This record gives sequence, structure tokens and C-alpha cells, in this order.
Amino acid sequence: MVAIALLSGIGAEAADAVDEDFDLSGAWKLSLLSELPIGTVGVVEALELPGEVQHHLMHMGFVPEARVVVVRKAPAGDPTVYAIDGFEVALRRETAQAIRVREYDSLNPGKR
Amino acid sequence: MSDCCSTATIEVPVEPRVAGKIRTVALVGPPNSGKSTLFNRLTGLRQKVANYPGVTVEQRVGRLSGIGRSDLTLIDLPGIYGLDTYSEDARVAVDVLRGEMPGTPAPDAILLVLDSLHLRRQLMLAAPVLALGLPTLVLLNMSDLMEARGGRVDTLALAQELGVPVAKISATRGTGLDSVTQFLNKKAEPEPELTASRIELPVVGNPRSYRQWATGISTRTKYKAPLSSQWTRRIDGILLHKAWGPLIFLAVVFAVFQVVFAIGQPLSDGFGDVLNLAGDKVGLLMGHGWVESLLIDGVWRGVASVLVFLPQILLLFLFIGVLEDSGYLARAALIADRVMRSIGLNGKAFIPLLSAYACAVPAIMATRTIENKRDRFATILVTPFMTCSARLPIYMLMIAAFIPNKPILGDFLGMRAAVMLSLYVLGFLAALGTARLLKSSILKASSAPFILELPQYRLPTVRSLSLRLMDRGKVFLKQAGTVILAVTMVLWVLSHLPAGTSLGESLIGRVGHFIEPAIRPLGFNWKIGIGLLTSVMAREVIVGTLGTLYGADPATQSLGLQAALRHDLTLGGAMALVVFFAFALQCTSTLAIVRRETNSWKWPALQFCYMGVLAYLAALATNQAILAFMR
Repeated sequence: MVAIALLSGIGAEAADAVDEDFDLSGAWKLSLLSELPIGTVGVVEALELPGEVQHHLMHMGFVPEARVVVVRKAPAGDPTVYAIDGFEVALRRETAQAIRVREYDSLNPGKR
Repeated sequence: MSDCCSTATIEVPVEPRVAGKIRTVALVGPPNSGKSTLFNRLTGLRQKVANYPGVTVEQRVGRLSGIGRSDLTLIDLPGIYGLDTYSEDARVAVDVLRGEMPGTPAPDAILLVLDSLHLRRQLMLAAPVLALGLPTLVLLNMSDLMEARGGRVDTLALAQELGVPVAKISATRGTGLDSVTQFLNKKAEPEPELTASRIELPVVGNPRSYRQWATGISTRTKYKAPLSSQWTRRIDGILLHKAWGPLIFLAVVFAVFQVVFAIGQPLSDGFGDVLNLAGDKVGLLMGHGWVESLLIDGVWRGVASVLVFLPQILLLFLFIGVLEDSGYLARAALIADRVMRSIGLNGKAFIPLLSAYACAVPAIMATRTIENKRDRFATILVTPFMTCSARLPIYMLMIAAFIPNKPILGDFLGMRAAVMLSLYVLGFLAALGTARLLKSSILKASSAPFILELPQYRLPTVRSLSLRLMDRGKVFLKQAGTVILAVTMVLWVLSHLPAGTSLGESLIGRVGHFIEPAIRPLGFNWKIGIGLLTSVMAREVIVGTLGTLYGADPATQSLGLQAALRHDLTLGGAMALVVFFAFALQCTSTLAIVRRETNSWKWPALQFCYMGVLAYLAALATNQAILAFMR
């Protein structure tokens, strides 16, 4: 219950509060980070970027199982601001497209 | 030796390491951990800024006089996320920490700064740093903010987990720094290392294992992250709003532009007048002779031509400092990214390019905020195309002399304003085209992404702003000043030898005559040729040179400069001249600063030739087109 309540909350407060004992059960669907709508939470599955970039992003917190909140888009629609580990990081669409995530499916909670 | 201004005397002692004795301390930390603020705190004003050999990474070294230990040297390493060698910054950091950086002594101890607001992630850097095995003190910065926002960390438990002392500090307020003094005093006495072998570090050095390790530690030490600042969210709601965001952005940009022009320009002009007046006064005291001429007309005028940039530079850096320290610069980059990307640059290039409308020199210095090296170099190379204020004197002179003041669009746009505006557009288009060209050729970015961290909003402190201004001012004066001085003296000698000749018959005058056939197709004569040569020092110099030449010519002596030019040049030649100035890199200060920022003569040389060829061809086309049109 707590986890769902947190997930429906928008913004990094959710990401800050999400802790290690976060409930991963429930309905998840695979997606790309660039596809997530604003206010949703994704869990990083894998990064498919060139070595240097991938390394940089992983040091910034984009490692498998990390939770990412989609915070907002720049006024021009791109880049998008993501919250991870309490930080806010802006990524261009082309970069976010290379990050595979599990998305919490709020329409079908509890179903696989 | 001990006064604050003798920064050049900080010598780095290259001596073998003595066990237990600390001489050199390295300051390590991730970006945005408040490392620079702490460095300034610890060193006071006694610091030296240079580039590491062979790379464009800035090296900062200072004495620890901020805590009364001026016998110790503090090296500020670039902000890094890890000790892998993927980025140039990290490679430099690794080399320094291992004592393999030429000219930099191996550190005997490490101060590791971590932002306690985001400790879980910041701890990732602790693993590879502690693995180095050097005496280390972990400093949890911004602990006052963390506690104020309900965060919590057990420093004792953390110290036990890490096997090194841990202290809470606030670099902005200067609290907790006695822990640094204690750490350094304690380590100065030979003391057996107790703990270094006890702690467990991740075996495989990759981000994933570091993160697991860091998460494990923060959980075991019951670290509680503070709630993120609601203010930042709320402010972003406005500043990054779909409609308000761009509007506020434009207003900020306009304000910066306006102030640098409306206040900075007169300030620079006034400062220049004062400097020239001072030169004249001293010159009078010295009497007339070649020594006076060399010192006043050569050295002093040359130095003054650099010094006049200083007010504008400081003003611009004050603005950039406020924008950067407050956190708005990152938001501005976010807003501008879409537009900048279409020309192959990224959002962070926007502020430098804009500043270049005032002066390319501070603009090029401001490109330091662009982390990606290729993007940064591309920005540096296109910056001098933006119409800087030094081009205005020659533009205004030629336009006033050759363009009638006829209205085109009623009261809105006169013919003179239209020509001026098209010169601005011309420069911008050249920058755009060049950026495209660079990014698709020599600076082709294979995978360079745009990763922009959005820091929380903070109030900039007077202390950090003033240190930044001093720092940039010093860099500018030292780097640009030395080169300018040399070039001015060479130009003075060339224009005064053989002794007793006029400018037209001097060595430089002969070169002007010599190149006349080459510049005749552009509609230029030998006088313009000499002007082109002297203005290599700085664009505005051509106006003074033309004044001297036409003043010395009996045919035009009685005329004003504008009338003399009309008497001597065609419309095609006049317009070709302003087009030439729109493109050519006639500015020694810019060349010197590009050399410093790229750490090589290759880039300024390439830039000078490319812009010169472009200027020649564009001027040729302009003159021929106008000739054909008039026929």
C-alpha cells in the first residue's frame, strides 16, 4: 500500500522516500526511459550506450534496479528532467531511448 | 614571500615522501560537492591556477593558510565521479593521486569531500579513493543543510565502516574545519596505520558494485537522506514552465546583454581614457625620444589595450557567477539546448556565445562550463565570429562615411542601421555554418551525450563571487597580458624602423605596400593594408592607424577622416572592409586566450587562418558584387 501511495505521488519526493525495501511486486511492463510519461516511476533494467557515456551515467546513479522518476520536460519538449537518488538530471531523448526500464503499470495494478 | 599577492611564489616541493610526514594534501570530490568552496576556504587567497601539462584540465594549487598551515600544499583535483580513466578529468585525478603527474608532487593525504545531501550516491567515490591506501579524511559537506531538512548521518558508524575519520562540515559557513587541522596535525606524527586493512572494499571496480557497497554502508550507518528542497521544485515549476520559462530566460539574457553593453562599455571606455591619460602624463615627464615612444606608445598603449577589457570581463563574470552559483545556468542550458542542438552545439554553449557579443575573451573563458571537450572546442572556435564591441568603431566609421542615412522602413529602420544589423547577422551565420562544419568534420562527436545535472537553487555568496572574479581577472591579465605585450612591442618596432621614418615608409608600411597587389581586388589600398596589419593586435586599432596615415598624407591632410576615406576608397572597398572585419580574427587577446584554453597553438593558428581566408574571400565577393552592380 505504502509503495503504491508513493508511486502515485509525483516528483522526486517519491524517489527520495523510496528505500531499499521498496516493493517490486505488482504490475510492471518493459519500456524505454524516453517513453515514460511525466510523474511516473521506472526501474532501470539495462543501459545500451557507448562505454564512456554508459560509465558516466552509471556513476550518476543509472544502474540496474535504480528507480527513476520522470520529473518534467524542458519547455521545448526535450531534454527531460529525471530524478534519481535525489538528484535531478536532464537527458536528451536520444540518450533516454537507450535506457531500458520497467514501468509500474498504474492502470493494471496487481496484474502481470 | 608571505604576502597574499605573491601567488607565483607557491613552489611545489618535489621531494621524496617521508613516512608519516604530510607536505601535500589532495582535495578529492564529485562535481557539485562544494569542493571549490572548501578549497577557497582552506587556502584563502593564496592559490595558483594553471593547466596540467598537455591537457585542458585546470590545476589549482594553494597553501593551507586558511587554517593556519601555510607550510602545507593543497591540490584541488577536478570534480570526478570515479577513478576510472574514461574522462580527461578522471585521468588527471588518477595521475595526480598516484604521483604520476609531472610537476605535481604525490599527495601524502587526501581530503575527500562528499555532499551529505546525497551521501548514498556520493559514497560511490569513496571506494576507489580509499583503495589508494593514503591517509584520508572524509568531509561530509553541507551537513547544516542536511540536518535542517531532516536528514541524519552517524559519523562514528560511518568512520568505522570506512576505516578513516569522518567529519561534518559546512564549506559555505566555514564550520567543522578544525577537524581538518586535527587530522593534519595527527598525521604529521609518525603513527602506525590501524585500520586501513580492516575495511572491506568492493573487489570489482565497476559502478554497480560501488553502488551496492555505498548503499550497504548508508543503510548500515542509518543514513537518512534529507527531504529534497521544496523550493527548488516550486521555482522550477515557474522557471521551466512551458510558457513562462522561455520568457524569463529571454528576459535574463536581455538583462545580461544590456548591462554588459550599457554599463560595461562606458566603464571600459572610461577606464581606457584614464589609462591613456596616465600614459600621456608620464610621457610628458619623460620628454620626447624613442625610449618614451617605445614605453608609452608601445608598451603602455599595448597594456592599456588589454586592461580596457577588464571592467567588461569582470561584469560579465559577475553575472555568470550569479547565474551559475544560484543554479539558474543549468536551467538556462536546459531551455537553450533544443535550439543549440540544431546547430550542433549543446545548451551550455548559449551563454558563452551570447557573451561574445560583448567580447570573445570572457566568452571563451566561460566555455569552461561545457564539460564535453569537443563541444567546448567547437564553441571556442566559433565564438570570435559573434560581433564583439571591438568591431563597432570600424563599422561605425565606414557606415557613417559611405552609407547615406535614408529610411528604409519609415522611422523603424534606416539604411545605416540595416547595414549594421546585416553585419551582426553575417557574423552569426558564419558562426552557425562553422559550428556545423566543425561538428561534421574534425570535431565530430561520436557519442557525446548531453548530461546535465540540475543543482538545487542556492543563494550565491559574496565570498565565492569575489573569489571567482579575482581568479578570472588574474588568468586574463596574465595570459593575455604577456602575449599582447610581446606583440605590441614587435608592432611598435616594425612601425618605427628605420629610425625617423613615417608610418608609410616604416617596415610595416613597406609590408603594406608589398601586399597591395593582393588586396587590390578587395578594393583596398596600401593604407588599408597597413591598417589590416596593425589591427592584428586589436580590431579597433585600425581606426587610429587610418587616422595617422590619412593625417600624414598631404592630399587628405585637411579633410576629416570620413571625407578622406570617401576621397580614397570606393563603396565596394568600404563594404569589403567591414565584411573583412566581420570574419577575420584580428585580436591578439582572443588568440592568447584560445591558446590557453585549448592548451595548444594549433587551435588558435587554425582559427586565425580559417577566419582570415574566409574574410578575404567574403571581402573579395562583396567588392566584386558591388562593382558589378554599380556598373
